[in-house]
Amino acid sequence: MATDNLVQIDRLTFGYDTSRVILTDVSLEFPRGKVVAIMGLSGSGKTTLLRLIGGTITPQSGTILFDGERVDPTDIDKLFALRRRLGMLFQFGALFTDLNVFENVAFPLREHTDLPESMIRDIVLMKLNAVGLRGAASLRIAEVSGGMARRIALARAIALDPELIMYDEPFAGLDPISLGITANLIRRLNDATGATSIIVSHDVDECFQICDYSYLISSGRIVGHGTAAQLNASEDPEVRQFIRGEPDGPVPFHYPAKPIEQELGLPG
Amino acid sequence: MGKRNLEILVGLFVLLGAVAVAFLSLKAANLASFSLDSTYRLTARFDNVGGLKIRAPVKSAGVTVGRITKIVFDDKNFQGVVTLEVDRRYQFPADTSAKILTTGLLGDQYVGLDPGADDKSLQANDSIKITQSAVVLENLIGQMLYSKAAEGGSKKKEPEK
Amino acid sequence: MSKVADLLAALGARVLRLLRSLGHASMFFWELVRFTPAALRRFDLTVVQIYGIGNLSLVIIVTSGAAVGGVLGLQAYYALDRYGAAEQVGLLVALSLLRELGPVLTALLFAGRAGTSLTAEIGLMKAGEQLAAMEMMAVDPRGRVLAPRFVAGIVSMPLLSAIFSAVGVAGAYVIGVKLIGIDAAAFWSQMQDGVDVFKDVGNGIVKTVVFGVAATFVALYTGYESEATPEGVAQATTRTVVFSSVAVLVLDFLLTSLMFSTKP
Repeated sequence: MATDNLVQIDRLTFGYDTSRVILTDVSLEFPRGKVVAIMGLSGSGKTTLLRLIGGTITPQSGTILFDGERVDPTDIDKLFALRRRLGMLFQFGALFTDLNVFENVAFPLREHTDLPESMIRDIVLMKLNAVGLRGAASLRIAEVSGGMARRIALARAIALDPELIMYDEPFAGLDPISLGITANLIRRLNDATGATSIIVSHDVDECFQICDYSYLISSGRIVGHGTAAQLNASEDPEVRQFIRGEPDGPVPFHYPAKPIEQELGLPG
Repeated sequence: MGKRNLEILVGLFVLLGAVAVAFLSLKAANLASFSLDSTYRLTARFDNVGGLKIRAPVKSAGVTVGRITKIVFDDKNFQGVVTLEVDRRYQFPADTSAKILTTGLLGDQYVGLDPGADDKSLQANDSIKITQSAVVLENLIGQMLYSKAAEGGSKKKEPEK
Repeated sequence: MSKVADLLAALGARVLRLLRSLGHASMFFWELVRFTPAALRRFDLTVVQIYGIGNLSLVIIVTSGAAVGGVLGLQAYYALDRYGAAEQVGLLVALSLLRELGPVLTALLFAGRAGTSLTAEIGLMKAGEQLAAMEMMAVDPRGRVLAPRFVAGIVSMPLLSAIFSAVGVAGAYVIGVKLIGIDAAAFWSQMQDGVDVFKDVGNGIVKTVVFGVAATFVALYTGYESEATPEGVAQATTRTVVFSSVAVLVLDFLLTSLMFSTKP
């Protein structure tokens, strides 16, 4: 029986060891066909969530369900089967530097399918075309720019037409044109293929433009979630500080330090 | 770099390495001069094997005809038993003698075979009956000193007569 | 008194850390061995690596081999000519190269050229999340990236060492026979008389395989464990050269005492 949510995270707690707990008792839902954002400050645990969904790390407690089934990193076969149904776009592309553009996009096809060369060629060119880089197929990775690298990585992530596409900071460091292209691509791809997308980002404006729903994480907990309108109207001080980009609030401006009078040796 | 070109170059590299190994084995080492499995085994007993080592050559008329493969001690006769592997091409008469000789003055030791006159030849696993042990330098010096001392003694006696 | 306790605690912690990294390294080594069959099955990947490790090292190996062989020949001549044994130059050079200098120098040059290249490559791949991306695409990076490089290193080392020794002998020939004027026939016959295929050539090859395993393992491990920063990768390459060299020299000592003992 197909569930409404492609991915469901229930009461998840994770830490690399007992002193460094990254996520505490978080629950998230990712409905099929929707684009959902996970926002928060750097180091709040956003990327860790992606790794947990992909099964590279194991939670201390709580469950992660993918299409109704538990994500179990100890069951290698099931894990690999799961990973073939998802595509992940890493922050700087993570393209294989020893292969050229074409070979990078063809990689998942070569590794997981027995398709003939001619079909692989067609698929790769179509995927590159979807991201607007069909003409760059024969370039070496060293020759492509940062924005291009991310688009090629996107083409690679969708090579096997995954049901779930995860984006790790897809907007970080892009110029306005590339930003527009990327946001556009994410939304169009999601709708055209019927996939579900999860975007980890701290770019509030772009996320609100293309996402159906958003979660806001701070210090390993969910401090707010909802549609763009709901979050904009939120009264929660942490949510407000993040959404509006206020320099000081629940997240302090000053790094913890002694009072300045003490440091400068002033009386009082 | 086309895949085919790369594979050709790697193949060349492997070939070059193989040629190097062949060169070293044949030109620098002794692979060519001695074939391995066409040998037959003989044994010889010596009172003293001296500095003979395994893989030392077995020579006859100065030509290498075999190798030493084993040296063990026989605690019944208190002799050293040496196993020789001799090239099958060469037959030796049954009364061939084996001597332990030294290359040069202070070099490695080897076994020299002096052929006898018997019609019958040594067969595999036969044992060489006549052997001469190695010359041990210390014994030689001891002999020399002893004979010098004896000479000196007999010289002294003569004037008395 | 508590100072002593602190010192002991620090020492204990140090020892535990050492044991831990030793265990970590051993497990990494075991993973490399475990995925070797996968590398052999995807032999096309291994071939690409043999090119990068072997072919691209040929220039330095050949030049070094020729130089070392030539210099050895020269020095051997000076030393042996005193005792009228100049004809033994070939034998001396061949034994030195086959037993020691060939395997050891090739391994050290290998660590410097191919080893650092491997370390930097793996380090950068890890830093750029390439290995994590591969894992997410359900391809095990140990079998696809690490094991082929491991196998390629083990295959390339004996070949490079043989080439080094062969070129070295040729270099000594050029110096000794062509330049100095030693009799060519005597040069070769003295050599052939004294060099044993199994003891000298064979043991030399065994040494290079062992060195290849050690040097390649060290290179891959330091790269894999490097910090994901430019300084981290640079430090890792330095560590590769140092650890590989020490490992090779220690192993050489152990192997030599095993192989070339004076017992029959």
